[in-house]
Amino acid sequence: MAGVTRTPTNLTQGGKTKAGIGESTLRPDGTLKVTGEFAYSSDMWHEDMLWGQTLRSTVAHAEIKSIDISEAVAMPGVYAVLTYDDLPSEVKNYGLEIQDTPVLAHKKVRHHGEPVALVAADHPETARRAAAKIKIDYVELPLITDEASAVAPDAVLVHENRDDHHIGHVPHPNIVHRQPIIRGDADAAARRADVIVKGEYTFGMQDQAFLGPESGLAVPAEDGGVDLYVATQWLHSDLKQIAPVLGLPEEKVRMTLSGVGGAFGGREDISMQIHACLLALRTGKPVKIVYNRFESFFGHVHRHPAKLYYEHGATKDGKLTHMKCKIVLDGGAYASASPAVVGNASSLSVGPYVIDDVDIEAIALYTNNPPCGAMRGFGAVQACFAYEAQMDKLADKLGLDRVEFRQLNAMEQGTIMPTGQPVDSPAPVAELLRRVKAMPLPPERQWESSEGADVRQLPGGLSNTTHGEGVVRGIGYAVGIKNVGFSEGFDDYSTAKVRMEVINGEPVATVHTAMAEVGQGGVTVHAQIARTELGVQQVTIHPADTQVGSAGSTSASRQTYVTGGAVKNSCEAVREKVLEIGRRKFGSYHPAWATAELLLEDGKVITDGGEVLANIVDVLEDEAVELELEWRHRPTEAFDLHTGQGNGHVQYSFAAHRAVVEVDTELGLVKVIELAVAQDVGKALNPLSVVGQIQGGTTQGLGVAVMEEIIVDPKTAKVRNPSFTDYLIPTILDTPTIPVDVLELADEHAPYGLRGIGEAPTLSSTPAVLAAIRNATGLELNKTPVRPEHLTGTQ
Amino acid sequence: MRVTFTVNGRQQEADDVWEGESLLYVLRERMGLPGSKNACEQGECGSCTVRLDGVPVCSCLVAAGQVEGRDVVTVEGLADYAKQRAEHGGCASGACGSSGTSIDAAKQWQAKPGESTELSPIQQAFIDAGAVQCGFCTPGLLVAADELLERNDSPSDADIREALSGNLCRCTGYEKILDAVRLAAARGENQTAGQGA
Repeated sequence: MAGVTRTPTNLTQGGKTKAGIGESTLRPDGTLKVTGEFAYSSDMWHEDMLWGQTLRSTVAHAEIKSIDISEAVAMPGVYAVLTYDDLPSEVKNYGLEIQDTPVLAHKKVRHHGEPVALVAADHPETARRAAAKIKIDYVELPLITDEASAVAPDAVLVHENRDDHHIGHVPHPNIVHRQPIIRGDADAAARRADVIVKGEYTFGMQDQAFLGPESGLAVPAEDGGVDLYVATQWLHSDLKQIAPVLGLPEEKVRMTLSGVGGAFGGREDISMQIHACLLALRTGKPVKIVYNRFESFFGHVHRHPAKLYYEHGATKDGKLTHMKCKIVLDGGAYASASPAVVGNASSLSVGPYVIDDVDIEAIALYTNNPPCGAMRGFGAVQACFAYEAQMDKLADKLGLDRVEFRQLNAMEQGTIMPTGQPVDSPAPVAELLRRVKAMPLPPERQWESSEGADVRQLPGGLSNTTHGEGVVRGIGYAVGIKNVGFSEGFDDYSTAKVRMEVINGEPVATVHTAMAEVGQGGVTVHAQIARTELGVQQVTIHPADTQVGSAGSTSASRQTYVTGGAVKNSCEAVREKVLEIGRRKFGSYHPAWATAELLLEDGKVITDGGEVLANIVDVLEDEAVELELEWRHRPTEAFDLHTGQGNGHVQYSFAAHRAVVEVDTELGLVKVIELAVAQDVGKALNPLSVVGQIQGGTTQGLGVAVMEEIIVDPKTAKVRNPSFTDYLIPTILDTPTIPVDVLELADEHAPYGLRGIGEAPTLSSTPAVLAAIRNATGLELNKTPVRPEHLTGTQ
Repeated sequence: MRVTFTVNGRQQEADDVWEGESLLYVLRERMGLPGSKNACEQGECGSCTVRLDGVPVCSCLVAAGQVEGRDVVTVEGLADYAKQRAEHGGCASGACGSSGTSIDAAKQWQAKPGESTELSPIQQAFIDAGAVQCGFCTPGLLVAADELLERNDSPSDADIREALSGNLCRCTGYEKILDAVRLAAARGENQTAGQGA
């Protein structure tokens, strides 16, 4: 696009890099990222561009009586002010599964921070000031803030006239979706139990807190369409939601992925995409929107806060008899991914354990709280926090070792899930616990040095609040289970276009997918796969865009599996074409062309016995081979709406944690000393990236254990801490050493035997830290995050 | 207003700067240097860290007018800055006692994007150690880590954690960032300038 600067570029890696899968190949975008040259979505620039600004509601639930834009429009430098009345299409809502989210509020706002109006101006500060001059007359409505207010007999409906496909099976219109799972007879099994443990748990609202705020640039095109450069997790899902509200066919909305500054689920939903396009099409000028951190807290969905009610039973010899649970997820004002989160929370609510008799129910509420949806761990995180607390309580009540009790009940390959689905690949739950327990412990009183106490190693740190007095150590264990890939019958495919040709006398592969590289290293892995399958050194990764078929979402730990699988599949097909050309040209010179299994390696066609038949360069000459193919993993099924039965998941992923904490019991300050992890990854395609994912996921779990929570005022449903000053994420001082033990037990159903890895470490990290704090303090602690006042009894 | 200051060794001028504009805004939007990142705009995340007369600062908290006549180094100039430091006995800026880079010398500076980019030791170490994932925190961390190694060439882990505690990273869990700083320290300034991957 002429005039746009800092657009995404090809990433080419070659020369000294030969590494295929299994090697710790370095990132092809690494140099760009360390020199500041990498083009993130907030770096897009176009001569003559305008800046867009969103005006958001200052109240959570209200009728809009009037909107007065006259002063804003009159400001010098303002090019456009848009409200609901300016929307160009009959379609005015969007949404991932249920199109219940207004592009701009119509007559009503349902949560604090809902977009109401848009401004485009020639300077971002002008746009902000103009937005502030828009006058909105709100008449506040009663608030729905929790389960009790949502299902009360006289409850106001968050959405009237629902016609989505869940309304037929939910007990109340303020419930988005309900998924029960009934297997065996939990009541009968409970009578066999020698001990029964009941618990009520609360999980706080966590923010993805990706560092690169929502941003992008929309450039109006001569054909009446628009070119959109944006940071997202799934280009084609965005496209399906954007085009209808612009009143444009999909081919006139051309999307290119810009540099993405982290995602973690927070970019699955639309944020500024439609707004920037609307302003660009209205003004005829390129429009850039960049949220600041304050707006980012309102600009994306969060992790569902949850209430979890659990009952487990066990026999004296330590075998689990049954489990009953109810999981209530607060979905906030719009559906987002809530239905799928419900499916995960219910189907994974038992955890990685064998329990034949279960009675499970998960629901997501519509409330006037901030909308919640996808975040790393997706419904499995909240459940893991609760069932792991239950496991400790059961072990204690039985007088058994907490790890041995888990191992005694651990699932393994062949176990039947509560959904009736057999686990048909390795499930080394007991082994992961054994490994994480076997790691050496950090030394006692690790803060002591030859010069006295190093306060930096103590709770309170440089605040110098203790030199070890009142500090107690605790150790906790947890293990979790996460599904990989989109579940419940979703057509979860990906697409890869692979081209092979000779450039400057060297065979070169180009891989083009729509996969969103959000930091996970998919681009590294794609190049490794191409090298392995095509025997080339030089691989070019084309920027992700909508000119190639969908790659599906960069979420659910699925991209290495699914788009990695698509790249492998396309490479294999390209290889066959290359070999066909080779047979045609050289087949008569050597019988092995017809009889042997042939591979491409080191730029040559070789037999499986290693005999060289030809150079790829001589086979291809001026010919290029290019194929774009879709690839699918094995299909899944929906869960039965009454019994929850069904082969709903593609693959499972397991991790176990051991947390070591030191707690200043007088001040309630916690220092996590070490978080050891053991995880089965099937096959580590890039060991360095695998360990990085495990450590990063672990740290997000640590955050929600001891510091991270979006505080929503229950009286106003307003967000009280939308900033990095008040919403704390772990710094390098809060984060401990994270030793990682990687186990590789191949899943024969998956490409290269790999297992999706990104989310599992986020699950068990939180309950392990909580268990360690309980171990140190003797407190019950049924809520996360744990705050100092919970430890000192001052609240 | 007009603001004139030195950026990565070259004198730069920005016209029509609003009084409320930050150094970060002027770098990113007026000087074409978007390497410094805006992630919180309130000095909490460190993504916008630059050297101001040698001192690491959050450029989002520095008013553009405060920089008049002063010397700024951003991630875009880090490789060159480290190279000059290595060539001039460990000091490239006023922070360690000299008068800093001469304007004449600094005017030689050119950005060198692309495959053959010469990197500073800390930049190369971040790539080699796997310290870069999404990379949004990376520019600020590099500037802060480079400043740490300038004043302490063999930092302990506690020193590294303390020096980088103003820089948030959401992807890595910091372990690989620690690895990268340890690696750069172990390689030392003399083993400089790797080639980009």
